[in-house]
Amino acid sequence: MPNHQIDPNKWIDLYSDYLFNYTISRVSDREVAQDLVQDTFLAGLKSMKNFKGEASERTWLISILKRKIIDYYRKINSNKGQAEVRMNYNSGDENEGDWLEERVGDPFDKTAQDTLENEELGDAIYNCLDKLPKKQAEVFKMKTILGHDTEAICNELNITPSNLWVIIHRARTALAECLKENWF
Amino acid sequence: MPCEKVNHVCDKAQYCEATFWEKIILNLHLVYCRACRKYTKNNSKLTQVVKHSKLECLDTACKENMKRKLKKAMEEQSV
Repeated sequence: MPNHQIDPNKWIDLYSDYLFNYTISRVSDREVAQDLVQDTFLAGLKSMKNFKGEASERTWLISILKRKIIDYYRKINSNKGQAEVRMNYNSGDENEGDWLEERVGDPFDKTAQDTLENEELGDAIYNCLDKLPKKQAEVFKMKTILGHDTEAICNELNITPSNLWVIIHRARTALAECLKENWF
Repeated sequence: MPCEKVNHVCDKAQYCEATFWEKIILNLHLVYCRACRKYTKNNSKLTQVVKHSKLECLDTACKENMKRKLKKAMEEQSV
């Protein structure tokens, strides 16, 4: 049943973090990811009339974002300079043999499986964060994901440290409960 | 120390903000309190899970900037 409503005024509060997390796992550059998310919102605004309400707003925005990410890769790959192959790595005699060790696969590097699990886990956490009251989710993200100081958060949101810890406690309890089934 | 305060210390410890003495009190309490042991276990697990997910999000200034640009675009569109 097409019953989803669209409201661009709420987009950034509701979806910007989710879209940003989705993007950064694919482009690995904060600046680029921010620009792509911003472009997605602007493109969404322009094509609002195409929103049929069959999918949720978030799904709809993600489908726009996917195209933006593909366009981004097309754009950087069309730049011929990027295709240049550099063959002069460690060409000096004194470094002979060094490259072997440096080119061995990094055992701590992420495998495709890890990446997939991280993405699913990230989605699961964001889905649980969506269920929290807005303030709790905001404080939790600032404290846990962005790693801001207690004092900085208190100043920004105009709350006391004891308030902050109560909010953090409630958020953590709710999140642990929500994640319990699949990830704990 | 009552359980409520112990849980508060446990929360602070997840962000490395509990003092040395608070951590000692927390650990002593955990020896005999099963409920707080369970809370601490879940709480530590949550910290690990969030760390493992390498989750990212935007800061407030960036969101405000996005809101401004979107609002401007909305105004232009409605003209």
